Amino acid sequence: MKVQSIEDLKAVKEEYLPLIKQRLGHRNGLGSTQVMVCSGTACTSAASQDLRNGLQLEIERHGLKENVKVFKTGCFGFCQNGPIVMVHPGEVFYCNVKPEDAKEIVETHLMGGQVVERLLYRNVDNQVAQRMEDIHFFQAQTRIVLHNCGVINPEEIGEYIARDGYMALAEVIQKNNPREVIEAIKRSGLRGRGGAGFPTGRKWEMAAAQDVRPKYVLCNADEGDPGAFMDRSILEGDPHSVIEAMAVAGYCIGASQGYIYVRAEYPIAVKRLEIAIEQAREKGLLGKNLFGSSFDFDLGLRFGAGAFVCGEETALIHSVMGQRGEPRPRPPYPAQEGLWGKPTLINNVETYANIPAILRNGWEWYQGQGTAGSKGSKVFSLAGKINNTGLIEVPMGTTLRTIIFDIGGGIPGGKKFKAVQTGGPSGGCIPEKYLDMPIDYESLKEIGSMMGSGGMIVMNEDNCMVDIARFYLEFTQDESCGRCTPCRVGTKRLLETLKRITEGNGEIEDLELLEELSFDIRDASLCGLGQTAPNPVISTMRYFKDEYLAHIKDKNCPAGVCKELLNFVVDEEKCAACGICAKDCAAGAITGKPGEAYRIDPDKCSRCAACAAKCPKKAITRGPRKEEIINGNQGIRPGTVSPENRAAL
Amino acid sequence: MEQEVQVNESLRETAHTRAAAEKVKPVEENEKINKYKELDQVIRLYSKEPGQLINILQKAQDIFGCLSEEVQSYIAEKTENPVSEINGVVTFYSLFYTEPKGKHTFDLCLGTACYVKGAQELMDSLKDLLKVDEGETTKDRLFTLKSTRCIGACGLAPVLVVDGDVHGKASAGEITKIIQAYRKGEKIEGTKH
Amino acid sequence: METREFAPGPLVQKTGQLYDNPEKKVEKIKLTIDGREIEADKGMSVLEAARLAGIEIPSLCYLRHINEIGSCRVCLVEVEINGARVLQASCVYPATDGLVVHASSPRVRRVRRTMVELLLSDHHRECTTCIRNLNCELQNIADNLGIRNIKFTGEMKALQVQNENSFIVRDYNKCIKCRRCEAICSKVQEVNVYSALNRGYDTVIAPAFMQDLSQVACITCGQCVIACPTASLTEKECIESVWEALEDPDKYVVVQSAPSIQVTLGEVFGYPVGTVVTGKLVAALRRLGFDKVFATDFTADLTIMEEANELLERLEGRGKLPLLSSCSPGWVKFAEHFYPEFLENLSTCKSPHEMFGALTKTYFAEKEGIDPKKIVVVAIMPCTAKKFEASRPEMGTGEFKDVDWVLTTRELARMIRQSGINFHDLPHEDYDTPMGIASGAGAIFGSTGGVIEAAVRTAYYLTSGQEMDLVDYEELRGFSGLKEVWVELKGRRIKVAIAHGTGNARVLMDRLKAGEQFDYVEIMACPGGCVGGGGQPIFGTREHKEISLDYRHNRADALDRIDYSKELRRAHENPAVKKIYEEFLGRPLSNISRKLLHTYYTPRGKLPGFNFGGIKGSHAGHVKENMPPHDTQEMPREEIARKV
Repeated sequence: MKVQSIEDLKAVKEEYLPLIKQRLGHRNGLGSTQVMVCSGTACTSAASQDLRNGLQLEIERHGLKENVKVFKTGCFGFCQNGPIVMVHPGEVFYCNVKPEDAKEIVETHLMGGQVVERLLYRNVDNQVAQRMEDIHFFQAQTRIVLHNCGVINPEEIGEYIARDGYMALAEVIQKNNPREVIEAIKRSGLRGRGGAGFPTGRKWEMAAAQDVRPKYVLCNADEGDPGAFMDRSILEGDPHSVIEAMAVAGYCIGASQGYIYVRAEYPIAVKRLEIAIEQAREKGLLGKNLFGSSFDFDLGLRFGAGAFVCGEETALIHSVMGQRGEPRPRPPYPAQEGLWGKPTLINNVETYANIPAILRNGWEWYQGQGTAGSKGSKVFSLAGKINNTGLIEVPMGTTLRTIIFDIGGGIPGGKKFKAVQTGGPSGGCIPEKYLDMPIDYESLKEIGSMMGSGGMIVMNEDNCMVDIARFYLEFTQDESCGRCTPCRVGTKRLLETLKRITEGNGEIEDLELLEELSFDIRDASLCGLGQTAPNPVISTMRYFKDEYLAHIKDKNCPAGVCKELLNFVVDEEKCAACGICAKDCAAGAITGKPGEAYRIDPDKCSRCAACAAKCPKKAITRGPRKEEIINGNQGIRPGTVSPENRAAL
Repeated sequence: MEQEVQVNESLRETAHTRAAAEKVKPVEENEKINKYKELDQVIRLYSKEPGQLINILQKAQDIFGCLSEEVQSYIAEKTENPVSEINGVVTFYSLFYTEPKGKHTFDLCLGTACYVKGAQELMDSLKDLLKVDEGETTKDRLFTLKSTRCIGACGLAPVLVVDGDVHGKASAGEITKIIQAYRKGEKIEGTKH
Repeated sequence: METREFAPGPLVQKTGQLYDNPEKKVEKIKLTIDGREIEADKGMSVLEAARLAGIEIPSLCYLRHINEIGSCRVCLVEVEINGARVLQASCVYPATDGLVVHASSPRVRRVRRTMVELLLSDHHRECTTCIRNLNCELQNIADNLGIRNIKFTGEMKALQVQNENSFIVRDYNKCIKCRRCEAICSKVQEVNVYSALNRGYDTVIAPAFMQDLSQVACITCGQCVIACPTASLTEKECIESVWEALEDPDKYVVVQSAPSIQVTLGEVFGYPVGTVVTGKLVAALRRLGFDKVFATDFTADLTIMEEANELLERLEGRGKLPLLSSCSPGWVKFAEHFYPEFLENLSTCKSPHEMFGALTKTYFAEKEGIDPKKIVVVAIMPCTAKKFEASRPEMGTGEFKDVDWVLTTRELARMIRQSGINFHDLPHEDYDTPMGIASGAGAIFGSTGGVIEAAVRTAYYLTSGQEMDLVDYEELRGFSGLKEVWVELKGRRIKVAIAHGTGNARVLMDRLKAGEQFDYVEIMACPGGCVGGGGQPIFGTREHKEISLDYRHNRADALDRIDYSKELRRAHENPAVKKIYEEFLGRPLSNISRKLLHTYYTPRGKLPGFNFGGIKGSHAGHVKENMPPHDTQEMPREEIARKV
């Protein structure tokens, strides 16, 4: 049945509303039970597919098919504790559910009416949290972009409509007021969520002002930042929000064709999009004469093929055209000359996902959240050394401390926080002293990082910052398109210098070289990839200079990561000559006899640290290489060796 | 004695400057013709829209297993693009490869989240266990080891993808088991024949 | 004569105006560069505006109208945007009214230097033994910027030098990824040999699959060599082979020089563009030790005799129309690869230097009583394609090759310098006879439109028995990319088309494919004709004047002056030509003529090595046996990974 008017839309909403209401906690006497199973990539890999099938099987076996329905739903963002299953009514939140648990859930909960306590989440104070609202992780969030994730079945357009989906599009078309819509978006203060933070409303205005036809609307779903999976979750959990927003954008700027450029590494997101687009077309929400007007709009999918640089606007445009994804200088901007030389509006997935909410709730509402310069909320992905890895959405201006220690649950294993990397390979490492800084676009830039797409990687005392810088440079060097000199050759030289330092061959002059070259690459590069590639180097040198100095002067890696700078030494006093270490050594680097302290040959040692782990006396420790060079002792802690043994070496 | 077999004219004619002799079985020859027919369909389908070259290449890779010089030249001919442009696109993107891969592919994510959680050590273990370097295929053509870009399952770091199946929170022990399983699987298949 | 000047062909259209039309009205704007207010045209780049005002902003990847991509980052300048000073590539940043630019602030100078240092850190800096020593753009910039040490050390490229064919050598280790070769091959010549392969540091600009140029559909025109700022693309030298022949007392070495050499050779020795140096050219060749110094202009006249008669034959219905000229080997190879269905339209005439070689080893040898096996024919050509052409199996009989060695203008200049000859002090000398006597018609072969004009002069005579009035045929000789002209012969009008640059040739050939009718078509592979050939002088300066049509037009004008200055202006008036027919060939298109002076063509297909199009014999034409021997002394290149 095609939707031709707002009334038609409301009719669909009425149809699906009861399901949604129950999931939101309304006791509406639906008469049936709903079981939601998280079907994002992470949970799917952890067998949520099998889990769903298992539940379905058990439900049928127990004859509950009539009253119990199992639905897929989008990513809750609670990835450390997945797969997630929610049962409505009651908003019961089960985590770490395995396929084997399906039987118990059906029998104990669905049939017996008893919540399965062992599958419930326990808060930090070991209190059981039965409902999602009781869980602090979710309490502390402001889910605007993610408000449908975990609530609706992304493969059912009716559920999206039941949550007022496509209402914004309908009103925009009905009121025929593209200029007002653009004005509203400008006033809301929404800024591009892909990383650069360009004011979205201004971009739409620029594209709308062009007098050339045809125009195009592009969605950048290339989310290449390692550690970032916000866009993926939105596409897997609420694809229609992006589709609706793109249709609105098309209407406002005068385009009737849009493309979503998805990276190939997101097969589930691709599938969800394909289903969503198909369903939208069936309902007449994509295609010709939307809502009975003369406005046509349709969407196509284009796929990336493994190039991080294609997340850059102009490179993306080239890739959509089937060419090498090489950026080009701007001006002219894509809004003026983009796809096939025509005006092209290109925004990030998360940016689009904000649009329907802004239009439904009003720009004043959106503008009331966040900081002076950065309005609204932001989705962050928490990863690395943090207890609650996953996805969160908080208002701009939330402090890092809140995000990491409160919502994120702090550092596991009692380790100490060292730094948090924001913005992926384009961002910088932020040390402890800035934990109380409210996050927004400007504040992050000031301290040498950037918002980026929202990835946050937490690091602890066991991470070496020089190694991290090297890691990021390796990434950008591999992904550089090769067009401009500073990025192609400059990042290579930068990486070679960092490698030298991590291998113990750094010189003090290298620090100046790193700094100068970093600034030159930043200033001279053609596109954002090269311009931000040196950020990890610049920020780690700014805040962790001591680590660099340790690598260069002392030939030591304080965090114990850089293999070439480590030496595992046997503390002669503690060594019991049991020989366990030698047996376990895969490299055959340890030799010794009963009665004598065992010795590690640093040339053969592969620094795997297995010996240190196995030693019952904890006699094997890490030491810097320089010590050994000075004292000429091989593998034995200096000052503890008796003359006889020393002679035997 | 090497016999120079006449390969189907409409597909390819070897010039004297290229390697000539190939002993091709009729069954393989049929398979090849069918693959090209499939490719023709793909090209016909996607040529209706502009800019679908990457899609065509991806599908061609699925059909043939890799994008050899011959396939690239064929696509150049049929899409009326210069072969240098096709080759430029193929060599730019990481997902395209010009050599056939092993039967099973290990894609270890070396994205930041996974790296920070020890993915590099896992990569080293894999290299040791499989006796290959990154990007290479084992001699028995059973396994290909690659590093992959972030697939967005960072909550489950470190992540290993085997033949498209995602294994979160991967460990060295798990990897050893997987390798053994596939190796055995291979043996089982072998003895069936 | 009725002329229709076709709207500018792709050479001009797609890449903007290769020619700047002085009559086009453009809005003027004012901008400030380094404190100076300068005037510029609206839409110009900051770089162009600055250079017009005499401000030296260096650049590497920039090639006006052909390659404007802002990728080398050497032309960076500071531009004031919203009060902040931002670095932008001046070659692509548009000049706007009121713009404030800083082109030599300390920051700009430092960044510029870093860019060049980075390039140099990845470049095999063997300048003293490099073919482009003293005329390399990278060297020039490094010198201008005063770079004394390079603080970046690390990996350098160590790819194998491709030296497998007879015309162009490719050294990937000297490439600075400016993409100019790709641009000129794709946008101007529309042959699309090169593309960027791989990405990041591993990027190479190469033919598909990094094959050698002889394995792909390369037309060997050498425009990429002209475009290359460094020694990454160079001609395959055969100077040593020529020295060997000259020093062999047993050999009789004959040299012929192409019409356009006499107006370009002087540029290497500092003469202004368009200086006619014929006399000194001949004197130099004599001092180098050649036994006879002849002019290819002579056989150009001969070509006219053969081709004009061929045209009349075709007009009478014996053969296909239009008749396509065949003296440009780059164009011939282009036709073989991309328009094999038109090979029957090509004139069967060999190109003039091949005709020369054939006649030298038969007619001349006989006349002088020299054993043809002892004759070595050397050709000084503006062209890398002629090197390939000379190696074609059909160019020669079983016993000898028509032409043994082809030297480009640049190689000849090197030989002159090698022998310590002071070019400026040379006296004026004349070509030897008889194969050095040439008419003005032969001379104008070197520029676009010249072949047709020369042929028309003779065709008119052949059809009417009267001489055609020799007026200024600007219609035929203008430098527009593609021209159509109606020409009056006695009794009929013929429709003639002229194209130069294979990009324009494509347009014309597609029109022929679509069924348009022409009678006679002249196509030159290189923009401007031979005056713009791939073997002509390169200056290694940032103006790249040798690439602009204006500059090439100046060279062509000199050929016109030679034409006007001659008494003999028509090929059929050339007494030496008349004699050779009387004594040896009989008449044009006789059996002997056909045997020695005519040739056949080979369809090659767009994808040599693969035949999906069903074209038989699709190979790139590289036949190893016909290649000149590797002159290892010529190219002491070793592929070693060096850490400097």
